[in-house]
Amino acid sequence: MAAAETHTTGGIGKDVAIYVVLLVLAGIQFIIAYQDISASQMFARMLAVAVIEGGLALLFFMHLSENRGLMWFVFIFTVAVLLMLQYGWTDSFRLVNGVPWAK
Amino acid sequence: MSQADVSIHGQVSRTSATEIMTAPAFSVPAKKMAMWLFIIADTATFAGCLVAYGFIRNGTADWPRPFHSITNVALMTFILLTSSLTMLIGIRSAQKGDKGGAFRWTIITAVLGILFAVLHIREWLGMIGEGATLFHNPWGTPLFSSTFFSITGLHLLHVTGGVVALIAVGIRYQGGRYKADDLEITGLYWHFVDLVWMFVVPLIYLMNLSH
Repeated sequence: MAAAETHTTGGIGKDVAIYVVLLVLAGIQFIIAYQDISASQMFARMLAVAVIEGGLALLFFMHLSENRGLMWFVFIFTVAVLLMLQYGWTDSFRLVNGVPWAK
Repeated sequence: MSQADVSIHGQVSRTSATEIMTAPAFSVPAKKMAMWLFIIADTATFAGCLVAYGFIRNGTADWPRPFHSITNVALMTFILLTSSLTMLIGIRSAQKGDKGGAFRWTIITAVLGILFAVLHIREWLGMIGEGATLFHNPWGTPLFSSTFFSITGLHLLHVTGGVVALIAVGIRYQGGRYKADDLEITGLYWHFVDLVWMFVVPLIYLMNLSH
C-alpha cells in the first residue's frame, strides 16, 4: 500500500554527496557574480546553475526520482506555468528600447 | 450486477466505488499529494514574482546594484542548504524508528531556519537604515526596493511558517501523535523553501552586486 511508502534508498551517504554538490554549485554562482561579463550572459549562466541545483533538490532531497509518475506530473505543470509566464518580455524590452518597428 | 462489481477469472468480487475513487494518485498518500499540489501552486506564485521582477528590472534603465558584499547572503545560503541536510537526517532517523534522533534533527533544522531568518532581518534592518523602504530607494528607482522587499519578504514568510511547522510537527511526532510520514511531508515543504532560495539568490542578490 502506498500509504506505507518510505524513502530509504541511497542512505545518508547519498544525501551528503548531493548536499556537497549543491554547495559547490552555489559557490559557482557566487564566482559567476564576479565575472566580467554582460548582464544577459551572467543571467543565463546563473539561471542554468540554479536549474541544475533545483533539479537535484527535487530529484534527490524531495525523492521525485523514486516516483516517475509524480515526477512527470510536477514537471509538466511547472513547465506549463513557466512557459505561460513568458508572454510579456517583448513589452519589457520595448520599455527601455522604444518601439523601433513602429517608425 | 452494479458498476462497482468486478469480474476476475470468472469470479465476481465486489469493489466499492469509494475504493476506486480513493486509490492514491501516483501511489502517493493523500496527505503527501496535498503537499505536492501546494508546492506546485507555490512554485507558480514564486515564478510569477520572479518573472515580474525580471520584467521590471529589464525595463528599467537606471536599475541600481547596491550590494557590496556577498558574505551575508553566502552564509544564509550555507545555513539553508545545511538545514535541508539536517531535515533529511531527521526523516531517515524517523523511518528507522529512532524517535529521539528524528526529533533532535528536526529541532536542529528549525534552529537553522531561525538563524537564517535572524540574518535576513539583520540585512533588512541594515538596508532600511540606509534609507531603503518598500516605496523608497536611495540608490535609484523605488522599484528596486519594492521588488527586493516583496520577494525576499515572501520567502522569509515561508521560512517562518516552515520553522513553526517543524517545531509543531516535531513535538507532536515526539509525543506519538504524528508519524514518520508526517515528518517527511513537512520536510518536503522545507526542501521547497530551500529550492526557491536557489533562484532568489542569483536573481535578487548576485545580479545586483556592485563591481
